[in-house]
Amino acid sequence: MKPALAFLNEALIERIISEGIDILCKLGVEVHNENVLSLLSDFGAQVDKVKQHVIFKPDLIEKSLRTAAHPFKLFDVLGNETHFFTDDNVYFTPGSAAIHLLDYDRKETRRPDTRDYIAYAKIISQLEHIASQSTAFIPADVPDAISDSYRLFLSLLYCEKPVVTGTFTLDSFAVMRDFQVAVRGSAHNLKEKPLTIFSACPTSPLKWSAVTSQSVVDCALHGIPVEFIAMPLSGFMAPVSKVGTLVQHTAETLSGIVISQLASPGAPVLYGGSPAIFDLRYETTPMGAIETMMIDCGYNEIGKRLGIPTQAYISLSDAKMLDAQAGLESGIGAALAVLSGINNIAGPGMLNFENCQSLEKLVLDNEICGMTLQLVKGIEPKEDLPTLPLLQELLAEGHLLIADHTQRYLREEIFFPGPIIDRANASRWRDEGAKTLVERAHAVVNDLVERYRPSRLSDDVKNEMIELMEGEARRYGQDHLPPRQDDSI
Amino acid sequence: MDLLQQIAEFLRKGDDKRVLELTKQAIEQHIAAQDILDNGLIAGMNVIGELFKQHKIFIPEVLFAARAMNAGMDQLKPLLIKENARPVARIVLGTIEGDLHDIGKNLVGIMLKGAGFQVIDLGKDVSAVRFVEAAISEQAQVIGMSALLTTTMLNMKKVMTLLRERDLDGSIKTIVGGAPLSEEIAREFGADAYAYDAANAVERVKMLLAHA
Repeated sequence: MKPALAFLNEALIERIISEGIDILCKLGVEVHNENVLSLLSDFGAQVDKVKQHVIFKPDLIEKSLRTAAHPFKLFDVLGNETHFFTDDNVYFTPGSAAIHLLDYDRKETRRPDTRDYIAYAKIISQLEHIASQSTAFIPADVPDAISDSYRLFLSLLYCEKPVVTGTFTLDSFAVMRDFQVAVRGSAHNLKEKPLTIFSACPTSPLKWSAVTSQSVVDCALHGIPVEFIAMPLSGFMAPVSKVGTLVQHTAETLSGIVISQLASPGAPVLYGGSPAIFDLRYETTPMGAIETMMIDCGYNEIGKRLGIPTQAYISLSDAKMLDAQAGLESGIGAALAVLSGINNIAGPGMLNFENCQSLEKLVLDNEICGMTLQLVKGIEPKEDLPTLPLLQELLAEGHLLIADHTQRYLREEIFFPGPIIDRANASRWRDEGAKTLVERAHAVVNDLVERYRPSRLSDDVKNEMIELMEGEARRYGQDHLPPRQDDSI
Repeated sequence: MDLLQQIAEFLRKGDDKRVLELTKQAIEQHIAAQDILDNGLIAGMNVIGELFKQHKIFIPEVLFAARAMNAGMDQLKPLLIKENARPVARIVLGTIEGDLHDIGKNLVGIMLKGAGFQVIDLGKDVSAVRFVEAAISEQAQVIGMSALLTTTMLNMKKVMTLLRERDLDGSIKTIVGGAPLSEEIAREFGADAYAYDAANAVERVKMLLAHA
């Protein structure tokens, strides 16, 4: 039986959804984007363009929910299927858009650069239990205006996995789309085989900025999946109670779904979020708080009830270093996420309130993800009933180490993590250098960078992307991109 | 790839039938038994030992390789005796007196056999006298002792004392292992070596014999 976790009963889910719809139809949302306001107005929403305010209608929301309710797939740069967002299929992706990187040697955070990003892309391309890459942090050696497109450019150049990304500026979308069209060969092929997911974050409470609402429309028109990342803060920018926060999250997410589905009915979306409680003691938004995770699991159930695949920022930590807190918060989050069946689980590598990526944490989290993916398989008979013959064999042979049954099921029944999770006895551990977890993780980081093999994307496509990126950089006054190693192509 | 390399390769893959077949072929081609053993079977087992140490393969793969090794060894044994070849090192193995836990000891035995050693397994609850007498009668170079309990591991000291009393502590080496043991305790007991797991035991025994 596949284990499953639930926090909400059916009646409560229905009530939360109906409360969310009620809020959209009575309080409405602010939308700071002329085009999106016109779109909503064209489809019958009550729009006040001066106040940039929209009141929704129940039928508009219901119709949008109907067209949004479908599974979809993701494909890597080579066109191979990697994700099928349906039912309780779960996939991990690194936490995205960190401003800082935890530097192993200096043991402190710093602004990352191109070299760091390339190392990240090389590592993530080899992490077995993290199915996609995200544009995980922002290289500080290019102008802000091109940092979104530059991250996606490097990701597509160095790693074959599909990308969770997004844009913080209106102008970035065009070139980010062009990269993807270059990879797929045509806009039509891109629609057929999505390569990226764009995160779109409404501003709590009940607001859409010009950039994010435009991004929702642009993505919908080009068949690029969007994950909605509503971020209500319990007790500050949302009711303190979990149910109250879930209602607000529902309203904010549904408003995004309507924008997307009006722009292009059936556009692929993930019912996501990054809600958090507000820790009044420190004025912080802990992603590792157990209540934050409960809210994540709660809205996942609401998304599932609506028939929409889901997403959450849940397997991450607020610790500043790769310490015990980092492991426990990420581990609990990952376990809850897989048991809840959250389809796209974001977080690996991330520390410090989504502000800091750590390559060492990323490789540790890969092992945590592997464990939780094993957890969610549950317990099922494996040709072991009746058990008598197996025990007869055990008694006759003295062990079952090379029994046929062991051979068939060893690697299916038992997950063997990598070298970061320490399972050696103490003597062996000492004999192998008495390395700490962080040291072991750093050794894996170095090893993966060393063992990297270039992406199999064709050189023609890579060169086309390089030209596109160089053109974009020139547009913003940077004549040359930061140097890369030659192993990209 | 020459015949001996092929033997090593199929042994690494755990293919006992192919190893048996190729060993017979090598014998038919009049390759010296010692050469087949050193550059075919043991060469393959050395690769396996290294891969196991690096966590790249698991115990079952080692055991399949060991089975393939034994298949080849069965063909070679009479010839090795006839050729007066270098005798295979012998190890007397057992769980120490008072202790009935033999899983770890069995694993060590399997790994040692796989590495080409002749293992005389005395079983569990083995007294110091029995260890020493078996080592003498079997002409063993090494005594391997295992314990799971802190109370029973103390009995290991008796073996080292007995060997000293009989002036055998130079010719018969001792190695100890088991959950409560450590390098430090092994030294305290006067053992020549300590192994923290089965693969490590093979390595340590090889080191002991190299220095014998």
